[in-house]
Amino acid sequence: MAKRSFLIPGVDRRLLIKDSIKAMPDLARRRFITGGASLGALTLLTGCDVIDSSSAEEMLKSVSKFNDAVQAFIFNPDALAPTFPESAITKPFPFNAYYDLDDAPEVSAADWKLEVRGLVDNKKSWTLDELYQLPQVTQITRHICVEGWSAIGSWTGTPLRDFLKLIGADTRAKYVWFQCADKDGYNSPLDMRSALHPQTQMTFKYAGDILPRAYGFPMKIRVPTKLGFKNPKYVVSMEVTNDYKGGYWEDQGYNSFSGS
Amino acid sequence: MASLTVTDEQVRATPAKVIQPAWVRVTHWINALAMILMILSGWQIYNASPLFGFSFPRDYTLGGWLGGGLLWHFAAMWLLMINGLAYLVTGLATGRFRKKLLPITPSGVIHDVRAALTFKLGHDDLTVYNYVQRTLYAGIIVVGVLIVLSGLAMWKPVQLYYLVMLFGDYPTARYVHFFCMAAICAFLVVHVALALLVPKSLRAMIIGR
Repeated sequence: MAKRSFLIPGVDRRLLIKDSIKAMPDLARRRFITGGASLGALTLLTGCDVIDSSSAEEMLKSVSKFNDAVQAFIFNPDALAPTFPESAITKPFPFNAYYDLDDAPEVSAADWKLEVRGLVDNKKSWTLDELYQLPQVTQITRHICVEGWSAIGSWTGTPLRDFLKLIGADTRAKYVWFQCADKDGYNSPLDMRSALHPQTQMTFKYAGDILPRAYGFPMKIRVPTKLGFKNPKYVVSMEVTNDYKGGYWEDQGYNSFSGS
Repeated sequence: MASLTVTDEQVRATPAKVIQPAWVRVTHWINALAMILMILSGWQIYNASPLFGFSFPRDYTLGGWLGGGLLWHFAAMWLLMINGLAYLVTGLATGRFRKKLLPITPSGVIHDVRAALTFKLGHDDLTVYNYVQRTLYAGIIVVGVLIVLSGLAMWKPVQLYYLVMLFGDYPTARYVHFFCMAAICAFLVVHVALALLVPKSLRAMIIGR
């Protein structure tokens, strides 16, 4: 009946795929300002070609860093994300990635282990059964994508701060860096303050059921105070570190804090 | 003494009446730049997940891709916010808003809309806004406040949860933000067309007289 099929309410499937293709890191895309700067309107307004691509890029990046500093100064990092009743859950909750669902990682529960690295006392790897023994909580929150769409879902798992305490992580370190099983090796850093936020969760279940492949089986990091791309799926390792190791989208130009 | 008085009057009489004071002209043009940057980068962001069945042409977007559009949007927002606040505070403090934009009466608006549609609405005295102008200029200030508030709600929906609540929920704030942009674009078309039809109004916004 509908002319177009929607993977995500309001998001055109073809555009999504087109976006995914755009997401492939290539030279043209990295120099993203060039496309914008050649815009006639802007040249017209400034009256000359002052918007040289690299200097504009530098300027925008420093404003972005300035924004981070302003946010850190005026906002409370422990503010809680709003929670919702079950009736508010978005059905079906969208699958979203830079690849099709068919290309999503297929992780074998028996072989999978969560590797723990960096500034922690106990670096032992964790099997899924061991992780399932940890106390779990459920929260219904809104997932907000950097693209603008959003969806409400129900996530169940262990608060990350409890796990960090359990493994003796140095919580004075700056980041927890996650690596994932996605193709092209998805990864993302999370600032320690957000990692210790009471709602930040190692998620094992969606809507009461074992996390399906579409949503990141076997483990996702759910951070309801961050944009979706800071919520890694198919997590295979976490590293507590003082080094900024970059991330899949962060390296391409999304603001690394991206807190909401 | 007498000759001195005459000289003073002559000096005062020489320059034409200032229609747009310097602060109005400066904030107007900074706002024009900020608005265009916000709209073009906003279209880039819209294209990442369109609310409706259309996208904006790539040639009319800023930033090259979503990440670049966001950087532009969150940089130009400072220009828009600081300039907008300066404009609002000065406009209220100097009484210019009250003097120029008020009163707005329904009968006045109906009369002037009818006159405008029959091409009988004059622009002889640029210092006095007719009721169509008053309505549009006051209205666009309200839209400007709404677009900033809905934008802040989308930027920090956790921190500024009360702002999200003001609009109902997060997706509604997105729609409000979009329709405010559409209203500003519609205003821009009419505003620019009229400024070109009445060039002395454009001159007044540039040199003040």
